[in-house]
Amino acid sequence: MSATTTYTKPDRAAQLDLPRLSSLARTLRARIIENSHKTQTPHLGSCLSCVDILVAAYFHVLRIDPAQPRDPLRDRFILSKGHGAPALFHVLAARGFYPESMLETYGQDGSVFAEHPPTPDHLPGIEAATGSLGHGLPMGLGMALSARIQGHPYRVFALLSDGECNEGSVWEAAMLAAAQRVDKLAVIVDFNKWQATGRSEQIMALSPLVEKWRAFGWNAQETDGHDIRALVQLLERVPDGSGKPVAIIAHTVKGKGVSFMEDDNNWHYRTPNAEELAAAKKELGVA
Amino acid sequence: MRNAFADEITKLGAEDPRVVLLSGDIGNKMFDKFKTAAESRFYNCGVAEANMMGVAAGMALCGLRPVIYTITPFTTTRCFEQIRVDVCYHRAPVTIVGTGAGLSYAELGPTHHSCEDLALLRALPGMTVLAPCDEVEVRLALRAAIAHDGPVYMRIGKKGEPVIHQQPPDFRIGHAITIRQGENVCLISTGNIMAVVLSAADRLSERGISARVESFHTVKPLDRERLLELFERYPLIAVVEEHGRIGGLGSSIAEWLAEQEAPRARLLSFGTDDVFMHEVGSQEYARDKFGLTADNISTKVLARLHTMRH
Repeated sequence: MSATTTYTKPDRAAQLDLPRLSSLARTLRARIIENSHKTQTPHLGSCLSCVDILVAAYFHVLRIDPAQPRDPLRDRFILSKGHGAPALFHVLAARGFYPESMLETYGQDGSVFAEHPPTPDHLPGIEAATGSLGHGLPMGLGMALSARIQGHPYRVFALLSDGECNEGSVWEAAMLAAAQRVDKLAVIVDFNKWQATGRSEQIMALSPLVEKWRAFGWNAQETDGHDIRALVQLLERVPDGSGKPVAIIAHTVKGKGVSFMEDDNNWHYRTPNAEELAAAKKELGVA
Repeated sequence: MRNAFADEITKLGAEDPRVVLLSGDIGNKMFDKFKTAAESRFYNCGVAEANMMGVAAGMALCGLRPVIYTITPFTTTRCFEQIRVDVCYHRAPVTIVGTGAGLSYAELGPTHHSCEDLALLRALPGMTVLAPCDEVEVRLALRAAIAHDGPVYMRIGKKGEPVIHQQPPDFRIGHAITIRQGENVCLISTGNIMAVVLSAADRLSERGISARVESFHTVKPLDRERLLELFERYPLIAVVEEHGRIGGLGSSIAEWLAEQEAPRARLLSFGTDDVFMHEVGSQEYARDKFGLTADNISTKVLARLHTMRH
């Protein structure tokens, strides 16, 4: 049995250091864009849309200890939209799961950093290897049911994309979680209104997305997915006392933070050139 | 076999608090005893096998030993990507049990037949593939699977299969079991068709041919040591399985054989053809259609032995 940490419940938003987290989000965006430029990694727009969600979770909400990444009592966070991996890799390094210098191997032959998260055995802080969509929520549900079986207090969060909600397995998991009243499970949908080749609403008729999750038996709320304070408040409320799993529909902007990338789906596959990188960093105020 | 599975998983559930049973809305009343003994560790996951497989992987990553049970096609081809990514890529110790192996549910039509599962599952990195031949092997295989620190797929028949083992054999994953000794030819089998293979051996015996019979309950990893011994000792090896001849145990042994230094024994493979069945019938009818009968097997083996002598 490995050593376990007793996690103290963080105080409510009173303690939230919003200026620090906002500044951190800007720095992380700059690093992610730099990484995309340097390594020609796509999915930049998808990474930028979820940075604030990751910062709120990893830097304020999750009960985790980077020194003990396999602690059985830790909260679990699954990046079900695995193509956002570059964002997660930078967040985990900034949170102290591994040295930031490790990220220099990104894009090199033999690196552990694929364009999608590797397995937990290969990188500390990762809870599930994702990349094929619709897998993270079922696995997260299994983890949340394990907490119930083993009498552990931890919570499980799964970050999905709106395009990912095309996958039937998402809704299979939604129904089982509701039937089992798994209230320590939360879904966050990074609702940036785009998927790889077009508007998510036009491709698979997603709306009404909040009502869909409600109809599937979840306690669903919507929020501004770039408002760190609002995100923290909703995430901290899990479990929320309703006895239901929680869905947070986070309205986001694909490519958020850089004016010429925002809501432009070309940045799903495009990577920035040197001039674009410099312009982006200037806008973000990061050297 | 499935009743033996239900009985053994109930015992295992009582013995080991890590054991969780997940069913895809089948096994009505079969698991009542398990539910009574370990209510918090039984989940009917509904008719949603992709999610069930992901849930099992998530549980395994948290230290539990989930066992998934449903009809073979639904626990293999229906959710193959979840097996590949969630279970195998993560090396998650999930035991996947498919009931109705091969042509067990012949009368239900090809949606319920399972003649590709061994081929598909053995292609997955790190996957162990088991096909016990009777209820005795089912119980032992299940125990071995749960004790194994990695993913296991196990295909079992339905109910009423003949019992082959009068005493529990020494069952170890990757080690074949000799069912009957013989001098002239060797019949290798896996899974629920063993009784037919033993009948074929009886027919051969009536014609003066003494046949050894082996239970290769483990399709992967292959018992190479035993194969080496058999292919050195016998002139002809016949492999019989209730599975397609593409990709099953016969194929697996042929792959092994191709890498051996010549000369070795000849290989004869019995399995289902590269077709879906459109004429429905009993399991016996379906086996007969594909030549999986004691008559056909013994006749072909005799003919081949005859050709080899001349």
